[in-house]
Amino acid sequence: MTMLRRIADKPWLWSFVAAFATWLATIAFTGGQGGEQLLTAAFTFATFFVIVGIGQMFVITLGPGNVDLSIPATITLAGSVAMKVADTQDSMILLSLVAALACGLAVGVFNYALILILRIPPIIATLSSSFVVLSTAIAYGRGLRIKPPPMLADFTTAQVAGVPVLAICVAFLAAVMGVVLHRTVYGRSVIAIGQNQRAAALAGIKVERIRFMTYVLSAMLAALCGYLFSGFSGGSSLSMGEQYLLASIAVVVIGGTSVAGGNANLPGLWGAALFLFLVQSMLNTYQLSAGLRYLATGLIIIAVIVLAGGEKARR
Amino acid sequence: MTAVSPARFLRAILPALSLAILLIAVYHLNPRAISPLGFQLMFNLAIPIALATIAQMCVITVNDLDLSIGAYVGFVVCIAATWLQEIPVLGLLALIGGILVYMLLGALIHLRKLPSIVVTLGMSFVWLGLAILVLPTPGGQSPGWLAALMKYKPPPIPFLGGLVIPFPILAAVVIAAVAHVGLMNTSYGSILRGSGGNPKAIERAGWSLLKTKVTMFGLAGFFGMLAGLALIGLTTSAQANVAERYTLLSIAGVILGGGSFVGGRVSPVGAVIGAMTLTLAASFLAFMRIPPDWQIGAQGAILIIVLALRAIIDRLEKPI
Amino acid sequence: MNGKTEAIVRLDGVEKSFGAVHALAGVDLVCRAGECVGLVGHNGAGKSTLMHVLAGTLAPDRGTITVEADNLTGSYSVSLAQQRGIRCVFQELSLCPNLTVAENAHVFHGSLRGWGWRKRSGELIIRKLDEIFPGHGIKAGDNVGDLSIARRQMVEIARAFTVTDIPVKLVILDEPTSSLDAVVAGQLLDFVRRFVAAGGSCILISHLLGEILKASDRIIVMRDGKVVAERPAREFTRDSLVAAMGSVAKALSAEDAAKLASKRHTGEPMARARSGRQGDEKELRAYRGEVVGLAGLGGQGQTEILRSLFFSAQRRNRNASVAAPVALVAGDRQNDGIFPLWSIGRNIGIGSIRRMLKGWLIDPAREDEMAENWRKRIAIRTPDMKNNILSLSGGNQQKALFARALGSDAKIVLMDDPMRGVDIGTKQEVYGIIRAEAESGRTFIWYTTEMDELKNCDHVYVFRNGCIVADLARDELTEEKVLHSSFAEAL
Repeated sequence: MTMLRRIADKPWLWSFVAAFATWLATIAFTGGQGGEQLLTAAFTFATFFVIVGIGQMFVITLGPGNVDLSIPATITLAGSVAMKVADTQDSMILLSLVAALACGLAVGVFNYALILILRIPPIIATLSSSFVVLSTAIAYGRGLRIKPPPMLADFTTAQVAGVPVLAICVAFLAAVMGVVLHRTVYGRSVIAIGQNQRAAALAGIKVERIRFMTYVLSAMLAALCGYLFSGFSGGSSLSMGEQYLLASIAVVVIGGTSVAGGNANLPGLWGAALFLFLVQSMLNTYQLSAGLRYLATGLIIIAVIVLAGGEKARR
Repeated sequence: MTAVSPARFLRAILPALSLAILLIAVYHLNPRAISPLGFQLMFNLAIPIALATIAQMCVITVNDLDLSIGAYVGFVVCIAATWLQEIPVLGLLALIGGILVYMLLGALIHLRKLPSIVVTLGMSFVWLGLAILVLPTPGGQSPGWLAALMKYKPPPIPFLGGLVIPFPILAAVVIAAVAHVGLMNTSYGSILRGSGGNPKAIERAGWSLLKTKVTMFGLAGFFGMLAGLALIGLTTSAQANVAERYTLLSIAGVILGGGSFVGGRVSPVGAVIGAMTLTLAASFLAFMRIPPDWQIGAQGAILIIVLALRAIIDRLEKPI
Repeated sequence: MNGKTEAIVRLDGVEKSFGAVHALAGVDLVCRAGECVGLVGHNGAGKSTLMHVLAGTLAPDRGTITVEADNLTGSYSVSLAQQRGIRCVFQELSLCPNLTVAENAHVFHGSLRGWGWRKRSGELIIRKLDEIFPGHGIKAGDNVGDLSIARRQMVEIARAFTVTDIPVKLVILDEPTSSLDAVVAGQLLDFVRRFVAAGGSCILISHLLGEILKASDRIIVMRDGKVVAERPAREFTRDSLVAAMGSVAKALSAEDAAKLASKRHTGEPMARARSGRQGDEKELRAYRGEVVGLAGLGGQGQTEILRSLFFSAQRRNRNASVAAPVALVAGDRQNDGIFPLWSIGRNIGIGSIRRMLKGWLIDPAREDEMAENWRKRIAIRTPDMKNNILSLSGGNQQKALFARALGSDAKIVLMDDPMRGVDIGTKQEVYGIIRAEAESGRTFIWYTTEMDELKNCDHVYVFRNGCIVADLARDELTEEKVLHSSFAEAL
C-alpha cells in the first residue's frame, strides 16, 4: 500500500515508464534487433536535452511567467564562439570551454538586466535578447562550420561498454544539481519563490538575487550544451539550437515539473529526454513520414500537458 | 487635469514615431525608396506579417501567447498552394478546420487552466507536421486569384493629383481599420478586452469567460489564415516552414505597437504599425549595407530600444 | 413603521461561519423602500460578510432571505440580486482598467449594444455622474486605468445607480467614501438622500461616523457577528455609537497597572519608523523586550509600516530602521505566508535556513530536529511534521508561521494581524508565547484589528489614514480611546 502511494507520489516515474514502453514498442517492431544501440543513441541525445533541461527547469520553477526562450540562440552562439576559439587545436579545449561559458554568462546577465530594468515579462525579455544573440552568432560564425578539436570530438562520442561517457558525466552533473536544488540555500529559495513569491520575500529570501542567479545558470548550461554538442556533431551550425526551444520546455514539463512553479523534478528530466528521443526514433523505425513524425510529437506533448497540467493551477 | 498627460501622449504615438523615424532614415539613405514602387517593394511582406500580428494580438488580449502562429501560417500556405488550388472545397474545409482547432485550443486552455505557451509550442509541431504531410517538398502553386489580388495596383486618385497609394499601404490601412472597429468599437469587443483586463469583473457581470477565450482564439485562427493566404499570394511556391519566424515577429509587432503582455491593453492600429516597422527595419538595414546576418538582431535591438523607451516613459508617469 | 412601506430585503436569523469563526451569528435585518440604513461596527463585526450575503456572492449557512415578499433562500445569487434591482458597490473595485468609462458601463449593462452603443452608454454614465457628482471632470472616453482612484470610485458608484431595463431598488455602498475627499463625499451623501426620498433604498457602510449619522434614517450597530443596537439615526450621537460598538471597557486593576510599568526609554529603540504621510513628529518606536501594538481600523497604513520596517533590514530606508534582524509573521496566510507544496517542517525551517547548513548543504537532521522542537514548544497538532502544511487547520498553520519567525535569529518580530480567523484556544497559547519571548528580550511589533489583543501590548499606536494619530502607553489604554482615535471627525 505505502509502496504504491510512494510510487504514485513520484510523477517523474511515469516519464521513465513511458520511455521504456516506447523503447519496447520500437524493438518489438524490429523483432528485438538493435535494442542496445538504440538505448546508447537515446542516452547520447538525451544528454543534451538534460543539460538545457536543468537550466530551464530552474527557471520554470521560479513560477508562472518565468521561461527562458533564449536557450536556442545561446546554444548557437556558444557553439560557434567556442569552435572558433578552439580552432581545431586540442590545446585550446579548456580555453574554448571558458569562452563558451563566458557567452552564457553574458547572455544570462543581459536577460536579467532586461527583466529588471525594463520590467518586462521574462518571456519577452528572453525573446528579444534571443534575436540579438542569434544575430551575433550568425555574424560571428558566418555560417562556417569549424571542426571541433579532435579530443573534444572523441570525448563527446566516447563510450564505455555501450554507455556514452558524456551521459555518465551529465548524470553526475544532474545529481549535483539535484543536491543544489534540494539541499542548498539557493535551491530552497528557488522552490520557495516558485510557490509563493510574496511569502518568499517576507520570509527574508532575496528574491531578485535568486532570480538573477537562475537566469544566469540557465544561459550557462545552454552554453555548455552548445559547446558539447558542437564537439559531438562535428562543429557548430547556425541551426543547431533550433530544436532545443521546444525540447527544453517539453523535457521539463513531461518530467513532472510543475508549470505553475515551486515543484521541480530532476530525475524526470532524464525520463522525459529519453522519451522524447525514443518517440522520434520509434516514429522513424515505423518509417513514418516526417510530417507524421512532427504531428505525433506535437500531439503527444499536448496530451501529456493536458494529463499532467490538469492539476489545479495555482496563482 | 483632464488633459492627456504628456507621458501618456508620448506612449500613444511611440509606435508611429518609431515608424516615422525609420522612414526618414530610409529616405536619408535612399531617397528613391520613398516612392509608390519603393513602398510596394518595401512593404509587400508587411501584409502577411501585419495579419499574423493581429492574430497574435487577439491571443495576447486574453493574457495568453501563441507560439504556433508561424507554423500555422506555414500550414495555411501549404494548404493554399495545394488543396485550395486543386480542390477548392477541400481546401476551404481544411482552412475552416484550422480555425475550429484554434477555438478548441482556446476552450481547452480555459477549461483546464493550461499554460498557453506549452500547448501552442506543441501545436507548432502539429501544424508543421500537417503542412509537411500536405506538401512534403517545396513546391505547389498559389491560386491565381490570390496572386492577382496581391499584385493589385490601386488606380491613381484624381483629386489627389493622381497620387497612387501602394497596395501594401492600402491593405495595412484596411487591416488596421477592420481590427480596430471589431475590437475597439463594437460593444462585444469591449467585453473581449475587458476579459483580459479584469476577468473577475467580467464574470461577475454575467459574461462567459469561456466564450471570450474561444472567440479570441477563433479570431487568431482567422487572421492567421489570412496571413497565410497573403503570404502565398506574394511568393511563387510554398514550403512548410516558410513562416517560421512569424511567431517571434508577431509577438514583437504587438509589443512594438504599444500592446502590453497582460491586462488586455492592446492596440490593433499600433500592432499593424509595429509589423510595418519590423518589415521596414529589414529594408533599412539593407540600405545601410548591414549584412543580412544582423537583420534579426537589429529587429531584436529595435524591440529592446522601444521597450526601454516605454520603461522610461512609464517611470516619468509614475510620480504623478 | 410596518405595513406602510414594504420591505425590499428581509434577512431572518442569518448565520455564516468560516471554519471556527462565526462571522454572522444570527442576524435579522430589514431594509424598506425609501430609507437609508447605516451599518457600523468595528473590524470583524461581520459587516462585510453581511454585505456579501445581500449581494448574493456568499450563501448563508442558516436563516432566510426574503426579497419583496418572495422567499429566495437557497436560490439567491448575484444574477438574481441584479434582476431584483439590488446592486452592490464593493470595496475592491470591479472595473476593467483597460476599458473606458463608457465601455465599463456596457460591461454592467449587456443591453447597451447595437449602433451607437458607445454614445448611449457614455451618456448614461455621464448623466448619472453629473447627477451625483456635479463637476466630476470625467469623460466617457477616459480610460479607467488612467483615472485617479477617487474618480474610479466615482465611476463605480455612478455605475451602480444607472438604470437601463431593471429599476434600481437597493444599492449597498461599502465604504464608498474611503478614497473621496470631503466635498465629493458630501455630494454622494446628498445624492443618497435624494435617491431615498424618491423611493429608493440604500445600505451605507462607513467608518466615518459623521457620514453615517448624517445620511442614515436608521443605524444598525454590529459586534461579533450580531446586531447589538438598532435605532433611528437621530437617537444616536457619535459617543453613543462608539459606546455601542465597543464592549464595556474594563478598568485595569492597580496590581496589573503596577506590573505594566513602562519599559520605555531604556536605551536606544530596537526599531523606529514613521509614515511618509505623517505631518507631525510622531514616530513608532519599539524598545527591547517590548510588545508594541498597532491599532486602528483595517488598512490604515499599519501593514505598510510593518513592510517598510521588514525591508529596511535589506535596503536602507529613510523612514524606517531596525537595529537587529527582523522576521515577519504574515496575517494573510495564503498570500503572504504559506508555501503550499511544503511540509510543516520545511515551512518553519525556511526562516532559519542558514543556521541549518553544514558546510554548503542543509543538514536534514537539524531541519527535523528544529521542526520537532517547535512542534513540542508551541503544540502544533499534527502526527508528523513531514505532513503537508495544508493538512493543518488555519490556527495551526498560523502557529507554524509563528514558529518560523520565533525559530529564526530575529530579535524583532513583526506581526501583521496574524490572529485573523484563529480560534480562541490557539490565541491564548500564542499570547503566552509572545509574553514569554518578550520577557527573554525579543521585541514585538503587533498590528491587530482585535481590541482584546491590544491588552497584551505594552504600548499602542493608533493609525488612521496612514498616520499615527494616537500614542498610548499601557496604563492610558482604553478601548474608548482607541475607538475615538480610529474614527475620524469627518464632516
